[in-house]
Amino acid sequence: MTATMPTGTTTPAASAARSRSWRPSRRLVPTLATFVLFVALFAGGSLRYDGFFSGQVLLNLFVDNAFLIVLAVGMTFVILTGGIDLSVGSVVALSGVLSAKLLAAGWAPVPVMLLVLVLGTALGLAMGAVIHYLDVQPFVVTLAGMFLARGLCYVVSVESIPIRDPLFTAFATGAVYLPGTELYVSPSVLVALAVVAIAAYVLACTRFGRGVYAVGGSSHSAMLMGLPVARIRVGVYAISGFCSALGGLLFAFYALSGYSLAAVGTELDAIAATVIGGTLLSGGVGLVAGSLLGVLVLGLIQTVISFEGTLSSWWTKIVIGVLLLAFVVLQRVIVRGGPR
Amino acid sequence: MGTLRESLGERLRRSPLVLPAAALLVLLLVNVVVTPGFLALRVVDGHLFGSVVDILKNGAPTALIALGMTLVVATRGIDLSVGATVAIAGSVACTWIAGASDPTDPGTALVGIVLALGLALVLGAWNGLLVAAFGIQPIIATLVLMTAGRGLAMLITDGQIITVANPLFAELGGGFLLGLPVAVVVAAVMFAAVALLTRRTALGLLIESVGVNPTASRLSGVRARGIVWGGYVFAALCAGVAGLMISSNVTAADANNAGLWIELDAILAVVIGGTLLTGGRYSIGGTLLGALILQTLTTTVYTAGIPPEVSLVFKAAVIIVVFLLQAEKVRALLHRRRPVGERVATP
Repeated sequence: MTATMPTGTTTPAASAARSRSWRPSRRLVPTLATFVLFVALFAGGSLRYDGFFSGQVLLNLFVDNAFLIVLAVGMTFVILTGGIDLSVGSVVALSGVLSAKLLAAGWAPVPVMLLVLVLGTALGLAMGAVIHYLDVQPFVVTLAGMFLARGLCYVVSVESIPIRDPLFTAFATGAVYLPGTELYVSPSVLVALAVVAIAAYVLACTRFGRGVYAVGGSSHSAMLMGLPVARIRVGVYAISGFCSALGGLLFAFYALSGYSLAAVGTELDAIAATVIGGTLLSGGVGLVAGSLLGVLVLGLIQTVISFEGTLSSWWTKIVIGVLLLAFVVLQRVIVRGGPR
Repeated sequence: MGTLRESLGERLRRSPLVLPAAALLVLLLVNVVVTPGFLALRVVDGHLFGSVVDILKNGAPTALIALGMTLVVATRGIDLSVGATVAIAGSVACTWIAGASDPTDPGTALVGIVLALGLALVLGAWNGLLVAAFGIQPIIATLVLMTAGRGLAMLITDGQIITVANPLFAELGGGFLLGLPVAVVVAAVMFAAVALLTRRTALGLLIESVGVNPTASRLSGVRARGIVWGGYVFAALCAGVAGLMISSNVTAADANNAGLWIELDAILAVVIGGTLLTGGRYSIGGTLLGALILQTLTTTVYTAGIPPEVSLVFKAAVIIVVFLLQAEKVRALLHRRRPVGERVATP
């Protein structure tokens, strides 16, 4: 798991690209397009609405979507190997409900957090093992996992449970001020950004991370090359499970309650953010930074629609659908002749 | 069909339908043990009533969607947008009927139904366009409509739940025909039609060939693109009919919740029925069994007095068991076939 290549010389996309003789710029186009879109949306919003052009509006994108950023990071790992994880939304809800219930039962906050993280990772590990060793489609396995986790939520509690633990409340209400300004973010944002940084490092600079790209490019070739395909394929689902549980904790900080019906459909947001961020669903191509941008674009769309005021909230869904379409077509044009 | 020398036992053992059929039987047995009068049927006013009829009636929309999904999955595809299509179809029909000058007129209901099904066909053609013409991965191509579709349905109903009071429209979900619920008759007719069309003509073979290898099929003169496209259009049509059933049953259109997660149930039904998600092998009968298993599971949860909060865990557990059995079964089959020399095992 240590770095085997000098850091800073190549970006992951560039080195992966060279190995398959594609020009790196082409593969970065979707991510760059997402960045341009983000800037354009923000500029457009700033021109149109008073009070839009402020650092806090920008930072609130992070504050409101911290948990989604973490989910998208986990999803990026899974999708990079050509898989998919539909269970993340349910695991978010399960983590929240479980923490709320245990805290209400008098547990200390730190053991609760650890337990939730271990459970999420274990669920991901189990799903990954079934996917790899029993050769069942990821879509189906994680679908069953989604039902199981959501069902366990109901078993724990049908009612919404408030969280009053001091540590959780401190996380929820705490504000970290940017040095020398009035601008602030929540502690959750720092956690989310740390996850992004670690994930980017792991994908770019570790043997495991390079293996993830290799398995996504061609699982068979990766196996023939002697890469530990089993460890990588099972590992990415464990990572996604961990990220879902962590996302669940961040969501619990944000909502200060645990509710069985929370985060329904969040898996679709995470997948959409990952795709909009430039990760190919067929695997092998993508960046964590792209997924972060994807989440920010989704958040910005919601902000614009709330600033507009007259637009109904369901326009969010339609706009996300249209964006998804645009990026899928863009990917198709860029990677023409690539795997279907 | 199979070699003549194969004994019945051998054929049974190989049939992919045995496992789901056994699962359904076990479930029904559990019900009979728990509630002795489970299989009893009553005739009231010439209409059949009973738990079994309820299962058929409540399972009809899911079964229909699973039918369309089977053909899509058989061509290596998947359609996530059927739930959104359900919502859109119900919304269009109810909005039209509620907005007409005479909301109780049978003609209004017919126009509403035709409009809804027409729009469903357009949505299916859209999915087919993305998958067959643009070559976009099915899961992501249909994810577009899954995300945007529910927004569209909300747009049609303006975010309201639209209730209608049209006798003809209410028949589709709540009426009876020849003693059976109309929804069951409609679903049965569509299943029979598809089974005949795909198993008595070459169409089924062509669908399987496209699922096994689209490129080879195209090179050997199969119109692969058209077949894939047709699959999505048919799946959307099934979803449209199911959407009409669902909204007619409650005489209202709920753009937010109608058909929510029904695509997942439908995919489960398809997979439980022995259709491979990798395409090429499908079973209409298996899908029917799969849909009935899911519905019987739901009913069992109610009749057996399992607390509702545990029901989803129970459902997930059964599904996981069925999948694991199937996965190992597939492996066992592969092992048994290898010595025959069908293909060399890859290292």
